[in-house]
Amino acid sequence: MRILLVDDEKEFVATLAERLELRGIDADWVTTGEAALAKAAERAYDLAILDVKMPGISGLKLEKLMAQRHPGMKFIFLTGHGSASDYHSGIAEDRVVDYLVKPVNIEALITKMQATLTS
Amino acid sequence: MTVPAEIVGAEGLKFFGRISASISHEIRNALAVINEHAGLLEDMTLMAEKGMPLDAARLKRTAGAVLKQVQRVDGIVKTMNRFAHSVDEPLKRVDLAETLELVVRLFGRFAAVRQVTLAPESPLASVSVATRPFQLQNLIGLCLDHAMQSAGAGGTVKLSIAPLPDGGAEIRFGGLGVSALPETPLAGETFQALLGATRTEVAICAETGELGLRLPPKIACDAGGETGA
Repeated sequence: MRILLVDDEKEFVATLAERLELRGIDADWVTTGEAALAKAAERAYDLAILDVKMPGISGLKLEKLMAQRHPGMKFIFLTGHGSASDYHSGIAEDRVVDYLVKPVNIEALITKMQATLTS
Repeated sequence: MTVPAEIVGAEGLKFFGRISASISHEIRNALAVINEHAGLLEDMTLMAEKGMPLDAARLKRTAGAVLKQVQRVDGIVKTMNRFAHSVDEPLKRVDLAETLELVVRLFGRFAAVRQVTLAPESPLASVSVATRPFQLQNLIGLCLDHAMQSAGAGGTVKLSIAPLPDGGAEIRFGGLGVSALPETPLAGETFQALLGATRTEVAICAETGELGLRLPPKIACDAGGETGA
């Protein structure tokens, strides 16, 4: 499994990637949508985990761009919103992308990653 | 027809909710970082139990990162606390520099998402006026929204305070593109109602687009009937 983590909280995304690596998951990380598009252009990923709210390209817009450019790539959103209803209010009705609310439980994240990849 | 007091009250609730949501988002982000570092410490402990040597330097860095996030949350909570207490007294003498710095801190996340830098002059002129603290913060917030939109991604909004001869002061928002007042949200009834509640006047420089809020040295108690928040 090769994944790309995208979040503007560098400390968060770098440490999460390190913990996933310890569990045998090949995880790269970047802190902007622009860097994510560049990274995905040079390396194939099975899954991208995206922060919803980021400066520049938002996670929602990034998911649409990456889905267009890399058909087959799967996505999970991470959100710092206070509740699931807050998150859903920001999602277009035609998009069905799974999500987790921060802070995340790493085992729950891995379970969700596996489920997303096999869906 | 909606009266100004109702508009000010409704806008005040909206402003309070927006700031509260932003702060909870910021706290969640800090908790997420702490969560990952705590998880990493647990991972290292589990590996040590299996015979892998503990990396002391890595442990020290991780502990330091947790402490940094705790300080971050402490700062966020202090800011939230100051903001929450701004509704304690409807009319109060406030230091404009402190008020402006508080609103800038509250808008830090909004500015980051818009990729705009908020740059208060250092040091800001210290002028105190008797005003409605919460409505003034709300008014400054609306102006910051306008200023950030005008400045655009990559732009800088320069903030300063200029004392006025009558003992009042002008809060200035610079670095904006030229935009006439009637074409902006600042011409709306909400903005006008907040101007009325704080007895503030707007000045826009036609050449630079710089926006100014002119506050009187004090507002009379009889203005009390106009606010609902």
